[in-house]
Amino acid sequence: MTDTAEQRTATAPSQSVITLQGVHKWYGEFHVLKDINLDVQKGEKIVVCGPSGSGKSTMIRCINRLEEHQRGRIVVAGIELTADLKNIEAIRREVGMVFQQFNLFPHLTVLENLTLAPIWVRKLPKKDAEETARYYLQRVRIPEQADKYPGQLSGGQQQRVAIARSLCMKPEIMLFDEPTSALDPEMIKEVLDVMIQLAEEGMTMVCVTHEMGFARTVADTMVFMDRGEIVERAPPTDFFANPRSERTKLFLSQILAH
Amino acid sequence: MTDLTERLPVPEQRPRTPLTGPIAWARANLFSSVPNTIVTLVVVWLVASAVPPVIRWAVLDATWSAATGKDCRSDGACWAFIGEKLRFILFGRFPYDEHWRPLVVVMIFIAMILASCDRRLWSARRLGLMWLTGLAAVGVLMWGGVLGMSYVETDLWNGLPLTLILAVVGMVVAFPLAILLALGRRSRLPAVRALCVAYIEIIRGVPLITVLFMASVMLPLFLPTGVTIDKLLRAQVAFILFSAAYLAENVRGGLQAIPRGQYEAADTLGLSYWQRTRLIVLPQALALVIPPLVNTFIGAFKDTSLVLIIGLFDLLGTANAALTDANWRGFFVEDYLFTAAIYFTFCFFMSRYSQMLEREFNKGRRR
Repeated sequence: MTDTAEQRTATAPSQSVITLQGVHKWYGEFHVLKDINLDVQKGEKIVVCGPSGSGKSTMIRCINRLEEHQRGRIVVAGIELTADLKNIEAIRREVGMVFQQFNLFPHLTVLENLTLAPIWVRKLPKKDAEETARYYLQRVRIPEQADKYPGQLSGGQQQRVAIARSLCMKPEIMLFDEPTSALDPEMIKEVLDVMIQLAEEGMTMVCVTHEMGFARTVADTMVFMDRGEIVERAPPTDFFANPRSERTKLFLSQILAH
Repeated sequence: MTDLTERLPVPEQRPRTPLTGPIAWARANLFSSVPNTIVTLVVVWLVASAVPPVIRWAVLDATWSAATGKDCRSDGACWAFIGEKLRFILFGRFPYDEHWRPLVVVMIFIAMILASCDRRLWSARRLGLMWLTGLAAVGVLMWGGVLGMSYVETDLWNGLPLTLILAVVGMVVAFPLAILLALGRRSRLPAVRALCVAYIEIIRGVPLITVLFMASVMLPLFLPTGVTIDKLLRAQVAFILFSAAYLAENVRGGLQAIPRGQYEAADTLGLSYWQRTRLIVLPQALALVIPPLVNTFIGAFKDTSLVLIIGLFDLLGTANAALTDANWRGFFVEDYLFTAAIYFTFCFFMSRYSQMLEREFNKGRRR
């Protein structure tokens, strides 16, 4: 992984697609994000890990304005993230998100789930949207489920549909908020396989996950967060082999124990 | 362990006491325990003592045709009264020769409601077109003045057509208004929210009669002399405003039940507020609250009878008026039973329709 990272930095000039500068967030009195500084290059894969309550989900939800930050600057795909609705909608078109709870639309078929946004947001004609939808269903390896309702699919299939749904909007960046945490162990692999394939094709990904095996395979940078701050940031080999902070060492010992 | 493999297979046997069939059902449901048995016997006794007298009164001893009220005095029901008063109860003081017009109106309403059950018509445009043409036809038929039909003022629109017009137009207009109110009540804009809350709470805080009185008695006081607004229109607006407040709370219950993840997923896909509301939130929310919505509709349908207070004669009003005939006095049981049967037919149909809607819209979801 390290040599490809070097290749990338050698050939392409740094193109920051996500920049967080001095980002702070409070829930009332509770300081949930403390001075977050993060830079994500195009094609980079970031895996964010940390104990629960550390603010990892909050941080990535700030990137597409599902949460509001009170201080600091966030720039996504060259657009500054402010209260301006136009900016927010422009950013959301370029950023896809996959949730822990899938959040598929239960009253629509799988195909309708996938074509909804391209038709209504990108104004594509129905036929083109359906073609794209079937292509991505093929990519996530469940083309035969197109006319089923989400309630009829297994968890792993639902999550793959959710990934395909985000991909149909052809985003520049994909955010994953603990995508496999609600899945049975047998289904985790099928979702991770799809994410690995996505990573290999060059998608910029920010992933909050506890799957360390996946992180080792895919990540360019590991980010460890604890109590609202970014404690450590390193490529996976350094991160797992030589964690610098005590808190990181503690976390790794807990998570890698089994 | 080898014992097991050498045993002969257990032969098929029938259960000693039957597990299915009417006797088994009776044993399980009616006579399963001593309290159950006692309740069963009590209920059987009640039915045996109540039903035969009713059948005797309603069918066996009933008079089915009579010339005047005096001829109809027997121990049984006087259904001749209904036969005599049928057209009055149904159409009131609408000109006698033109009763075909309100009859067609009632049939148009029934046809539109039945047609709305058909899936093939379920696009907003087709339904909207059908209802608009239907209501336009109703208006033309009731008012007249064109195509050789005489003009009939709204005061003479009585009986079943009036009930249907008030109820159906009321619901059709109140429902979109209710959706806007419910969305407004959940809005983040303080002015919008305050307005919607005030409207809903004030209307829900007063009886429908009060709203009808205000519309019919107080409103004319505020209008300049000579300007009158049609009484039926006033009553109709009062109904719409009243129903909208109750329906809004039903819809809001549904909106609250949609998990936040649905809103978030719609947002991350880039849908605007109205796209999200129309495509994701409302379809799920409305499907969830079909039972309370239909409940409110059924209640509103029967609340139309309150217009008697302001001098409009709907179905119940004409039924009441039918009793004032000097020749046919005292047949209020038959009269009200007949009227109740009509109300019951419509309300029962609404209830069945709602069950069909529930099945239809909850197909893809939790079963």
